[in-house]
Amino acid sequence: MSDTLLEVRGLRKHFHPKRRVTVRAVEDVSFSIRRGEAFGLVGESGCGKSTAARALLRLIEPDAGSVRFGGADVLTARGASLKAIRRRMQIVFQDPYSSLDPRQSIGGALTEPMRVHGIAEGRDARRRAGALLEEVGLPPAALDRYPHEFSGGQRQRIGIARALALEPELIVADEPVSALDVSVQAQVLLLLEDLRRRRGLAFLFVSHDLSVVRWFCERVAVMYLGRIVEEGPVARVLNAPLHPYAAMLRDAYPVPDPAHRAALPRIIGEIPSAAAPPPGCPFHPRCVHAMPRCSTEPPALLAKDDGAVACHLHG
Amino acid sequence: MSTAAEVELAPTRPSGLKRALARARGNPTTLAGAIITLLIVAGAVLAPWIAPFDPTEQNIIDRLQSPGGDYLLGTDQFGRDVFSRLLYGARISLVVSLGAIAAAMVTGGTIGMVSGYIGGRFDLITMQVMDVLLSFPSLILGLMVVALLGPELENLVIAIALTAIAPFARIARAPTLVLKERAFIEAGRAMGFSHLRILFAHILPNILSEVLVMGSLWMATAVRVEASLSFIGLGVKPPTATWGGMTRDGFENILDAPWLAVFPGLAILLLVLGLNMIGDGLRDATDPKLRNE
Amino acid sequence: MLGFVLRRLLAALPTLFAVLTLVFVIVRIVPGDPALVILGDQATPEAAAAVRARLGTDQPLWRQYIAFLGAAATGDFGSSMVTNRPILAEVSAVLPHTVDLTAASMVIGIVIGIPAGIWAALHRNRAIDVAARLLSLLGLSFPVFVSGIYLLLLFALHWRWFPVISNADLDDPLDRLHKVLLPAVALGLTMAAYITRVTRGAMLASLSEDYIRTARAKGVPWRRVVWVHGLRNASIPIVTVVGLYVGILIGNSVLTEIVFNRPGLGKVIVGALNQRDYTMLQGLMVIYCFLIVVVNLITDLLYGVIDPRVKQT
Repeated sequence: MSDTLLEVRGLRKHFHPKRRVTVRAVEDVSFSIRRGEAFGLVGESGCGKSTAARALLRLIEPDAGSVRFGGADVLTARGASLKAIRRRMQIVFQDPYSSLDPRQSIGGALTEPMRVHGIAEGRDARRRAGALLEEVGLPPAALDRYPHEFSGGQRQRIGIARALALEPELIVADEPVSALDVSVQAQVLLLLEDLRRRRGLAFLFVSHDLSVVRWFCERVAVMYLGRIVEEGPVARVLNAPLHPYAAMLRDAYPVPDPAHRAALPRIIGEIPSAAAPPPGCPFHPRCVHAMPRCSTEPPALLAKDDGAVACHLHG
Repeated sequence: MSTAAEVELAPTRPSGLKRALARARGNPTTLAGAIITLLIVAGAVLAPWIAPFDPTEQNIIDRLQSPGGDYLLGTDQFGRDVFSRLLYGARISLVVSLGAIAAAMVTGGTIGMVSGYIGGRFDLITMQVMDVLLSFPSLILGLMVVALLGPELENLVIAIALTAIAPFARIARAPTLVLKERAFIEAGRAMGFSHLRILFAHILPNILSEVLVMGSLWMATAVRVEASLSFIGLGVKPPTATWGGMTRDGFENILDAPWLAVFPGLAILLLVLGLNMIGDGLRDATDPKLRNE
Repeated sequence: MLGFVLRRLLAALPTLFAVLTLVFVIVRIVPGDPALVILGDQATPEAAAAVRARLGTDQPLWRQYIAFLGAAATGDFGSSMVTNRPILAEVSAVLPHTVDLTAASMVIGIVIGIPAGIWAALHRNRAIDVAARLLSLLGLSFPVFVSGIYLLLLFALHWRWFPVISNADLDDPLDRLHKVLLPAVALGLTMAAYITRVTRGAMLASLSEDYIRTARAKGVPWRRVVWVHGLRNASIPIVTVVGLYVGILIGNSVLTEIVFNRPGLGKVIVGALNQRDYTMLQGLMVIYCFLIVVVNLITDLLYGVIDPRVKQT
């Protein structure tokens, strides 16, 4: 059995909010995740990271590319085979307030996927649901309660329990702690880390928060305007980035120790619209190292040391 | 590391609909409306036991009797007891409107929900059709349909249901558009739920209260349209008592016996008013904008 | 502005087309052969065939549909199957009466409804507001023929201020006004109630906006704030409701015309119903469609006048 669990190649998703307007939300995204690995996907809001995550889960249909999950082709799967793949990869959402059906009891939310996939029914399903709740740190008495009776952090735990109900191999966590209070963020992160180790889960961890990704992930990919600009081990990419954009992201982050604070970098301009991306390297209008060829020739993502980078400086 | 630290749960709170109902109960308008409506419903249900006379039996000797005396509300041009006819007429009003609203709620609600869920061009075309239906005055549409199908009870139900489908489609579609963007619908898809399951097990329960409130508001309209059609002569055929038909008969004898038009007219007014009062209170109670007052 | 009008006119065409198709379908799905309706069950096959040929119902459906659309496009709404007179002539003979009635009730609805709604909004949750809400609920609950009969009993039969039969002489404006008043009140009452509610709600929403607070803070007199700033922004929902309500008025005028014995579209419809005048009904429905599409168009144009942003979309 191969060590690679998820392999994404050339994923692309364009939106057409109006006629003759094309938003290139995800232009060309490739990465792979090993079994049990925590892989981070970072970038500013609007860079396409959430769209990429949803496209590989087929929550939205990608326009091009291939996604292989444990040997199965995700993008061509239909009907029963798609359902079987869905069981093996689950998602945890950012907003705990909209991720649970307000009219469904917690017990219902946890047992429904078991019933749909024929894993368990009736009393057996309820027993499993109670165990899941305990696993995420909630009392089994919560089974008969409704979502509005829980706090944001508690709801996020329920959302995690629901994702575990199908015993998946991969969890896509889309900004799982961004909507939570800082005090609750740490608890939920610890829970995720604990589950990852205990169940051997792989994670695709989508976040804009570099410190959270640094703590949780082993590898990370940095996205900019629908493309991955740099990829590699988390410590190396976030400490000594090769791509000027990754460096900018790092420098924009507050450092707790005043002694280590660098001068705030010059940030030129804002992210261009994904509806009208610049030619060549998408980052060149904001890049301090921009060269003439950057505005004409898009750099390819090339392997470099233990990762990959898409920049003419490192071509 | 212990993550299974017991997290304390807040005490149980009632759900949204229950709170809305509790608020509506505290509203004097709703309460008054409920009392009026219940009295009329009770009269209709108990008609065979409380009606003093047979509603269709003619008694020419006692024709056009004034209210009071042997006949509580007088008699009509055939000597039939107006009060008894009103009790039986309530049955037609209630059965036709309930049937029509139930039918409109199911078809219109399903159309709106499915159309909003599918979205895109399908939704655009469906809603265009609904707009066309909506822009047609309900009385004219009902009138045409009954005229063409024939004045039978079930045709009245169909005609009135047809006039109410578009508003139910709209009221069901709007929250569906919001709901389908919520993460729990996406979660359902990620867990491999079928579209049918998502529609009927997850979206439907969340839009039901809005559709039901709309139903109570449209009940009033349905009663009014049924009465209007009967008044024009397109209601359930005589000698069956209908409020609109009785008003029409009374209107034709308005110089000799004005009460003949006044009482059935009042009955229609009261039922419509009662239903409107209930619907009004329910809507206020479920309207999120009015909640935090 | 002209471009905006043209765009809206163009946008109204598909609606018109859809409504016409709806009419065609409704009329066709009804069981029964209109030829037999005209001639009775004992008609000879030859006579029935002749009538079918005259009505065009012997043609295949698609050809009937095209003929129907073509006729509607050229303003030919067919002839009455009973009297053989062109429908347009029958309608235009009585149309002024119906226009009088609906226009007068609209004026009554607006003149009562808008001030009452503003008044209620300004006295939110006080006695005036509660009274306005209850009264509008009552007005909303009156079936048009019931309010018509009650008004007739009081003002025409008891006090004799108004005629029982409101058949006006079209050449005498005073007579027209006198005879339209009572029916218009009966018809306009519900609309007044409806506009009161919508105005109240829209004003409450608009008065709670930030720019109203800004206007007050910079010293704009309260009266001006309410009538200029508040009402202008509340007017979109009000116009929507008025536009929507014109269709209801046209529909309900059928009942008013029966009660007050006025000539008009409603009387023509009821006559056609009683005589099972199949072609007349279809023609009338088409005319109603045109009226409603025109009203919707006017509503749309009014949006453009009230809110300049609408014109750009």
